[in-house]
Amino acid sequence: MRQYDDKTLERLINGELTWQELKMIIGGRKDSDRFDKVINILQNRVSWKEKIILPLHEHLYIVLNNGERVVKCDCGYEFGNYKENWKKKCRIRVRDAEADINELYPKYMGCDPEWEEIREYYCPGCFTLLDTEVVPPGYPVIFNFLPDIDVFYEKWLGRKAPDK
Amino acid sequence: MSNKSIGWNSKTLKEMLEKSEDLLEKTNHYYGLDHLSLKEQDLFRYERSFASLRGALVSARETALHVAASPIVKEIGELCFALYTPEGDSVVVSTGILVHVHTMSEAVKFMIKEDYENDPGIKLGDIFLNNDPDCGNVHTTDVQTIIPIFWKGELIGWAGGVTHQIDTGGITPGHDLVAAIQRFDDGVYYTCRKIGSNDHIWRDHMINARRSVRTPLYWELDEKCRLAGDLMIRDAVIEFIEREGIDYYKRFIREAIEEGRLILQERVKERLIPGRYRSAAFFDLPMKEEAWQPRAKINKITNMPLEIIIKDDGGLSLCFEGSSGPGANPMNCAKGAMEGGQWVLLTQILIYGDKVNDGAYFAVEKNYPLGTWCNPGDPYLSYQSPWGNLIPAYTSMMKCLSYGLFSRGYREEVVPGYGFTGDGIQGGGIYTSGPLKDQRWALSTFEISGQGLGASAVRDGLDHGYAMWNPEADLGDVETWELFQGGVPYLARSIKPNTAGFGKYRGGTAFAGVAIVAFSKEVDFFGAREGLVFHGAGGMHGGYPNATGYRLYAKNTNMKEIIGSQKEYPLGDDDPSNGEFERLLKGEITRKSYCSIYPVTFENYDLFYHTQSGGPGYGDPLERRLDLVKKDLDNEIYTTDLVYKVYGVVADYNEVKGEWIIDEEKTTERRNVIKDERKTKSVTFEDFWENEKKKITEGRFKEHIKRMYNESLSLSKQWKEEFLNFWDLPDKFTMEVK
Repeated sequence: MRQYDDKTLERLINGELTWQELKMIIGGRKDSDRFDKVINILQNRVSWKEKIILPLHEHLYIVLNNGERVVKCDCGYEFGNYKENWKKKCRIRVRDAEADINELYPKYMGCDPEWEEIREYYCPGCFTLLDTEVVPPGYPVIFNFLPDIDVFYEKWLGRKAPDK
Repeated sequence: MSNKSIGWNSKTLKEMLEKSEDLLEKTNHYYGLDHLSLKEQDLFRYERSFASLRGALVSARETALHVAASPIVKEIGELCFALYTPEGDSVVVSTGILVHVHTMSEAVKFMIKEDYENDPGIKLGDIFLNNDPDCGNVHTTDVQTIIPIFWKGELIGWAGGVTHQIDTGGITPGHDLVAAIQRFDDGVYYTCRKIGSNDHIWRDHMINARRSVRTPLYWELDEKCRLAGDLMIRDAVIEFIEREGIDYYKRFIREAIEEGRLILQERVKERLIPGRYRSAAFFDLPMKEEAWQPRAKINKITNMPLEIIIKDDGGLSLCFEGSSGPGANPMNCAKGAMEGGQWVLLTQILIYGDKVNDGAYFAVEKNYPLGTWCNPGDPYLSYQSPWGNLIPAYTSMMKCLSYGLFSRGYREEVVPGYGFTGDGIQGGGIYTSGPLKDQRWALSTFEISGQGLGASAVRDGLDHGYAMWNPEADLGDVETWELFQGGVPYLARSIKPNTAGFGKYRGGTAFAGVAIVAFSKEVDFFGAREGLVFHGAGGMHGGYPNATGYRLYAKNTNMKEIIGSQKEYPLGDDDPSNGEFERLLKGEITRKSYCSIYPVTFENYDLFYHTQSGGPGYGDPLERRLDLVKKDLDNEIYTTDLVYKVYGVVADYNEVKGEWIIDEEKTTERRNVIKDERKTKSVTFEDFWENEKKKITEGRFKEHIKRMYNESLSLSKQWKEEFLNFWDLPDKFTMEVK
């Protein structure tokens, strides 16, 4: 079975691997212990103690807090139960005017606000940009990913979720 | 008419197909196989068998394209071959434009269901041609040659080959038309037509075909190419049976597909997370001012929401509930196009390197709601450019699966999407001088094969080297394109700055070109790409979408004088707000913020500009490493004003060293200013919700937005319910459209 040591995975997560190193990982068979190793690395990096159940995002994790599975930012801000869209707890900037869009995109190279707007979702704790959504005005906020944690742990990994 | 059935054990093909479908439904295993006996008994023989057939198909493709093929096929490899079961399920495929493996499967099934076995008959040596999207194709420009393979009177499979044509005789020259709004505009249709017997293409067919398209030579070359490949596959299958035996072959083709199905499920369980994934993509068709035909004169934005469910057994389901309706435009998608798009992405994201065949297709459930753009249910609509919807729609599939890949720890596999393979300007004209005087040339540059790929979660996206429909994408050599589009020699081709989607890891960058019309008359150009909306589903985890397209051309120019006096002429449009076209040319310069245009007539010395697409970004741009931003500046991926605004990076160009130097102190200050702006210019979700709801209730939308909502609300009860719930709107709510 293919395996990578923690140092290699740390460098992978940090975006430090060379293309030659990365190419071997992309082209090869997958290492089945990756999930557990990555969670351990991430758990050691965060400043808080709650157990990570599932990495959800570059900065967000589903963690166990007082018996509840909640979404938590690495800065410590909590977004509530993972079954609710964490975007609803974000600070949001909507770029729905040409001037706002042209702050980012050169003339002619961004969307027309009469057709589409840019929504930026920030963490209220650290104001990291967590997501951008480009949708027509009035479009419901998209709930991108709702994992089935218990099926994943019990049926795919063959063990109970950490909180069970 | 034949009295003897050609299926196995005296069954008809229709009976075989019904049995196959029935067994799959009842057992959830392909052909009811609950174990892979050949693999279990002799693994080496089993794997050798698969490898030998796959090798034969790859060899057939490589040989056929060098024997006889048009430049578009030979240069970019716009062809692929596949071997099918008698029921039309792919067993093994070649390399190449893999989007078509499953489309030909649908074509074979169409012939079976329409009882071709009885009329017109299916015999050894027969040749069938198909390019009808309504019965197994993407668009008419993709032309398929399919032949039956027999062993001692029984049909034991089909060999199919597909090539992409430069022109199929549609309402205007080109391969992805914009002006087609009904079937009768799409060009010549061959609906699973028998065009030959005894391995010979009938003369009357070839005469008809040559007179039906604008590039008859390329049509003929590619017909020979496809047939040559098919015949090589047939020979390889016969050799296989002589070596391994017919009983082994019959069992093997079933097991290979079942294994393909199992591989997909296992790969899903290995790399993803069960659950619900959602995304949405959009495409703009601003045809109110562009279209010629009265009923096509509307502005339309297409809603393409996608929900993927990954089930506990590793199976996938894809659902496009909430999609917009079809329309009087060429972007409508038939089932073949949807299946092809889905299949080609599965082969790139999950099942590369293993048994690539229709097994993966059988592991996926799909819902293309009837009456929507992805299943119009009307063969008389135009299906000439379904890519306009198909390509953005399936960015959502890549993005959705990337959420799972990320959570599982496989960050290197994350890709939020890809650029749109659209703005290769199309059209054609007639040579007025030279050895090809009075002959037609067609412009369908396949530079579109070189788009930016999205960033991953650990590195930047691939620059100008990706096409979602062909895993072996290549933008090709200018000199080769000029062989068949000599009326538009290139003046320049270069990186287009600021097209790569912003992010901690940026998307791949795009390139752009300038061309001049020369030695020609009756020249028409058109093009299609998103322009008023961003392509696809955008970036991921804080990354932004890549830049949109736009239209730029110059007519009645002074280029003759510029060339004569050797003055400077435009080589690009790096800064659209201070364009080289305007600065260096005299003439009528047209800029449009949208990109899809109906044909425009050009004269010699007129210029056009085209820009390809970048890829979407990943992660917060403020987290991009400074050494990477410096590299972006040195390589002209971004301009200094953009990295200041988006990445918060302050840099100066050092003339002596010939490189950009980043001021780290000022960069820290600038990034703090951007963070502060985020605090002051953002609102809570509750305030956002109130503001956004007012846009709906106060009817502030333009007509195209109202039309989009009206269509989605009326076509999907499920989508309507979620929309009304989200905005807390009454059940009676409607969006009125004039």
